Amino acid sequence: MAYDKFEILKSTAVPLPIENVDTDQIIPARFLKATERVGFGDNLFRDWRYNTDGSPKADFVLNNPTYKGKILLGGKNFGSGSSREHAAWAIYDYGFRAVVSSFFADIFRGNCLNIGVLPVQISPAFLENIFTEVHKNPETEIEINLSAQTITLLSTGEKESFDISSYKKDNMMNGFDDIDYLQNIKSEIQEFAAQLPL
Amino acid sequence: MSKTLFDKVWDGHVVRKIEGGPDVLFIDRHLIHEVTSPVAFLGLKSRGIKVLYPERTFATADHNTPTMNQHLPVEDQLSANQLKALESNSNEYGISHWGLGHQKNGIVHVVGPEYGITQPGATIVCGDSHTSTHGAFGAIAFGIGTSEVEMVLATQCIMQPKPQKMRINITGSLGYGVTPKDVALFIISQLTTSGATGYFVEYAGKVFEEMTMEGRMTVCNLSIEMGARGGMIAPDETTINYVKGREFSPKGEAWDKALSYYKTLKTDDDAVFDKEYTFDGSLIEPMITYGTNPGMGIGISKDIPDAGSVEGGVSTYEKSLNYMGFNQGDQMIGKPVDYVFIGSCTNGRIEDFRAFASIVKGRKKADNVTAWLVPGSHIVEAAIKEEGLLDIFTEAGFVLRQPGCSACLAMNDDKIPAGKYAVSTSNRNFEGRQGPGSRTLLASPLVAAAAAVTGKVTDPRELMMVEA
Ligand code: SF4
Repeated sequence: MAYDKFEILKSTAVPLPIENVDTDQIIPARFLKATERVGFGDNLFRDWRYNTDGSPKADFVLNNPTYKGKILLGGKNFGSGSSREHAAWAIYDYGFRAVVSSFFADIFRGNCLNIGVLPVQISPAFLENIFTEVHKNPETEIEINLSAQTITLLSTGEKESFDISSYKKDNMMNGFDDIDYLQNIKSEIQEFAAQLPL
Repeated sequence: MSKTLFDKVWDGHVVRKIEGGPDVLFIDRHLIHEVTSPVAFLGLKSRGIKVLYPERTFATADHNTPTMNQHLPVEDQLSANQLKALESNSNEYGISHWGLGHQKNGIVHVVGPEYGITQPGATIVCGDSHTSTHGAFGAIAFGIGTSEVEMVLATQCIMQPKPQKMRINITGSLGYGVTPKDVALFIISQLTTSGATGYFVEYAGKVFEEMTMEGRMTVCNLSIEMGARGGMIAPDETTINYVKGREFSPKGEAWDKALSYYKTLKTDDDAVFDKEYTFDGSLIEPMITYGTNPGMGIGISKDIPDAGSVEGGVSTYEKSLNYMGFNQGDQMIGKPVDYVFIGSCTNGRIEDFRAFASIVKGRKKADNVTAWLVPGSHIVEAAIKEEGLLDIFTEAGFVLRQPGCSACLAMNDDKIPAGKYAVSTSNRNFEGRQGPGSRTLLASPLVAAAAAVTGKVTDPRELMMVEA
């Protein structure tokens, strides 16, 4: 599925300083019943965001108009748990284009990269500083430059580089996905399959 | 060069390596279910492409199915739509489909091995993180996202960087009342939920060599809960005896060929792992979790640790205990229990029900407990009846439900109500995992049985002693 190309993202951020945020919190299982990829953003962090009667929980950050932007800041080990790509869809559909944390769960990271959400892994100390700055001043902007692989906290100028494979970076910058690539090597795949033991 | 078991299987499936990028990995077997496949099929349709090898994909409905009255139409419209989508997509693309009511229907990670779809040395994926279960056979098996489901349907490949390698050795023998589930919960409590992120794990040592295939599946199933891509155990006689003669296992000449491949599947003596851990199996107790991630587990006789002594931030820890309604220093034994769930791809196989029966036999379900006994498949269900376990359950006041994921993820009606405590043999105790507001204590079938008959957290060894 095609997604928007990612080059430079300059935005304020929404802080969620909780560790081990699992995919059941990002999108609870009971909202996985759709057969199409639409509307998942409405249920992003559903049970943290809404009371059982559907009214918003005032103390949850997504309900706090002070914080907005296309960058989600999360605590360590973000996205653990289930393989549901719906978690990444919900984040994308809500309007986030990047998630910044000091550590990501594997499958979640891969899912994000496959659908056009950039996972940016930075040092715990830098993450801490960003949280502090954003809490101090919610208008604080962050710049993520994919081509240069850097993330900069614009208020202080503090900057770090982050890792991404050159293949995935290329995909994100062009809005390509893996199927485009694999389709082009189909005959190589078929030859390979013919000699397998199972 | 010396290779690990993981290297041998992975390297043998690399179609091509991409400079500065992932490997293109060929997938031998692909399992799909109703929740994570519909959008993948929509993707295929919009690109106008076919399934490259339909005979390598198998579909079963499990996540979203009722566990009572399966002969009746599914009431929930959204669930019914997903089941219909799985069926019509499977039919359209020529994929075997074991829908609700089909004799082969069951939890995807239970039926795969039962029918011999799971093979040693195979690469196996499914849009479900507990695909790691199949690693018990010496397969490389892991969960994938829906974009990858689409990739496998279209090209039978996925693109991933090769993970690092970890070996976890458990020496010695397990104590009385200590099961494979306890071994897994113990390992996760030691490594934490992110301790194996980026790694593929091989489990080795006497404890695993002595384990049945079912036990190995339980352990490999939980690999993902410490962040690992997957876990695997080298195939041996136990594995080969299990695999031989199953419906989709190779036959005749193909079997001989497969067998000579299986025999190559072990780690070379001098192969090197990126990380290695060794634990003494005789020190493991029956385990139980007290928090909201599977790493928050302790021996059942222990008290809930202080925030200072556990990994992670204090505020996250306090939030977790607060959700559970527990305090630091609380004893787990004696905590009241409202629900007991035995089932899931972690502990929904026949051995698990035998273990459960061994304790409830001759006892009665506690009045304050609602118990859900959910077999992983129709084969398990039939065995429960044939072996006389159903009579034991009925006698003790339990009802057997029909196969499915059920309260493991509570997508169907089997939801634990808010605030209630459930001792569950499943794999995740996340907030709301078993229903909004539900509080989950993960444990083995023996611990679940002990809770079911006493109505509180109880050390199963006490009840086992009485019988001995
Ligand atoms: S039983 Fe639970 S973990 Fe296993 S496949 Fe079903 S939902 Fe996933």
